[in-house]
Amino acid sequence: MNVLVCVKRVPDVGGRITLTADGKDIDTKFLGFTISPHEECAVEEAVRIVEQHGGSVTVATLGPEAAIEQLRNSLALGAHQAVLVETDGRQFGPIGTAEAIAELAESRGPFELLLFGNESADAGNYQVGVRVAHLLGLPIVTGVKALEIRADSIRARREYQGTGEIFEVDIPAVVTVKEGINLPRYPSLPGRMRATKATIDKVPARWREEGLTTEMLHVPKQERHTAEVLGHGADAVPKLVALLEEIGILA
Amino acid sequence: MSVLCLVEHDAEGVTTPSRRALTFARSASSRLGEPLVAMAVGEPSPLVEGDLSRYGVVEAFAASSAAFAAYAPLAWAKALLELASTISAAAVVAPGTDRGNEVLAHAGALSGAPVAANCISVEPDGGAGRFKVTRYRWAGSLLEDAVLAGNPGLMSVVPDAAPNIEAPSGEQTSVKTWQPSFERTPLMVSVVETVERPVGSMSLGEARVVVGGGRGFGSGEAFGPLEELARTLGGVVGVSRAVTSNGWRPHAEQVGQTGTKIAPDLYLACGISGAIQHLAGCRGAKTLVAVNTDAEAPIMARADYAVIGDVNEIVPALIAALRERTGG
Repeated sequence: MNVLVCVKRVPDVGGRITLTADGKDIDTKFLGFTISPHEECAVEEAVRIVEQHGGSVTVATLGPEAAIEQLRNSLALGAHQAVLVETDGRQFGPIGTAEAIAELAESRGPFELLLFGNESADAGNYQVGVRVAHLLGLPIVTGVKALEIRADSIRARREYQGTGEIFEVDIPAVVTVKEGINLPRYPSLPGRMRATKATIDKVPARWREEGLTTEMLHVPKQERHTAEVLGHGADAVPKLVALLEEIGILA
Repeated sequence: MSVLCLVEHDAEGVTTPSRRALTFARSASSRLGEPLVAMAVGEPSPLVEGDLSRYGVVEAFAASSAAFAAYAPLAWAKALLELASTISAAAVVAPGTDRGNEVLAHAGALSGAPVAANCISVEPDGGAGRFKVTRYRWAGSLLEDAVLAGNPGLMSVVPDAAPNIEAPSGEQTSVKTWQPSFERTPLMVSVVETVERPVGSMSLGEARVVVGGGRGFGSGEAFGPLEELARTLGGVVGVSRAVTSNGWRPHAEQVGQTGTKIAPDLYLACGISGAIQHLAGCRGAKTLVAVNTDAEAPIMARADYAVIGDVNEIVPALIAALRERTGG
């Protein structure tokens, strides 16, 4: 089974988001970058599927040249080939991203399975996988937390309001996954070595206007206030118990 | 013209995320001076009709089709677009639930239109088909002001934090059964089976008390006292992503942007530094108490109360104090 898995390079924001002077982007001067959490699991899932059923994993990302870092990280986890759909510094929206990925899937395929994260950590548009499925005329299941590969189909489970929902879909298919579908492995040393040496294919991405334009970003005001310190160490416990009584947690 | 809102409903009426979507859609409809119309899939209970009236819905369509026997996202999207076109909707709004976002993504893909996901506010921006929206990025840790150009404008609404306000004066809602005319295709996949949660299991998202543990615990074995504290307080354990990524605890316990969003009366966060990823999941807590060795940890900027110190000392001391209090 040939699997295409798509990832996005996002800043590793840690504890606090700082914006650039023009307020249109996150200031990433002092930040590292990572892959959105759902997509880390998508890469792991792709690698496990191919380990079990044979075939190959292609990892792709749309982003700047620096996103090669995220492709190499995915290669280190076991992906076989990597393609950078290279942008020119402009932000791509979900429509332009989906068009580029669909084009890539057609030119590099056929793929029996296309894996995405359910939504990116940063923009959170919840759309790219669905739009790719439509462009390719494939069925899609989103938000998947367990995936079983059968001869000509997949069985996918997701959760909705505490209930598990099962979908069964013929392949080829598109699946977007959520964190929790698996526990991603750490890269092995040979994996890292292979990833460092691997050739990364590059194709250019075509930017397009798409009707949702960012004007300004802002950090919500209520995000910061000062905590009342009840005390230090175990000496603070009586005050903590009194607080729990006061707010009605203890009868 | 009108503003169309997709409404999810259950035995208790319109769901809370959909009430927020209705509040948002009504704000768009009153600014545009267009009526608020709702679409529900399936047979709504009489309670739904009362809810729709209270939220200012003028006209509601109960979409009925063999394609809706089980949840089928693409079929829902086809119906939504068909109705939007029939009533010339200027905007189509959905709750920002997994289903709502998924249905709107299908609607956007079918029509080639942009979708603004997880908005908290909207106002028309001059001409037809232009909306100024504020939407969530980073699950609400960052807000984006954006202009959405789309006719209709497709928008979903933050399911757990957008305003939920009934209309100042209710409407006499007329509910009609409506049969969309779309053809079913093999791409309209639907749920083939559902698996209920075990009876009696408490869900993290609904727990009244959550006792959180972070990287500070150092290993999976170290969570024993935290579990005991959670039991003592009648709550459940929630953990940070560092804990689940290390395999110390199952992902089902993760509180955060990619885990569960909690809204307890008390969130007692022990040894959790407060990464953006985690804070996005516990914004709904009524009272947040942080226990941490680092008084400057990011969680302190969000906590209501803090205890400075080592969780391995404080958690057992708290359990002992609670036992003593109940004489056990």
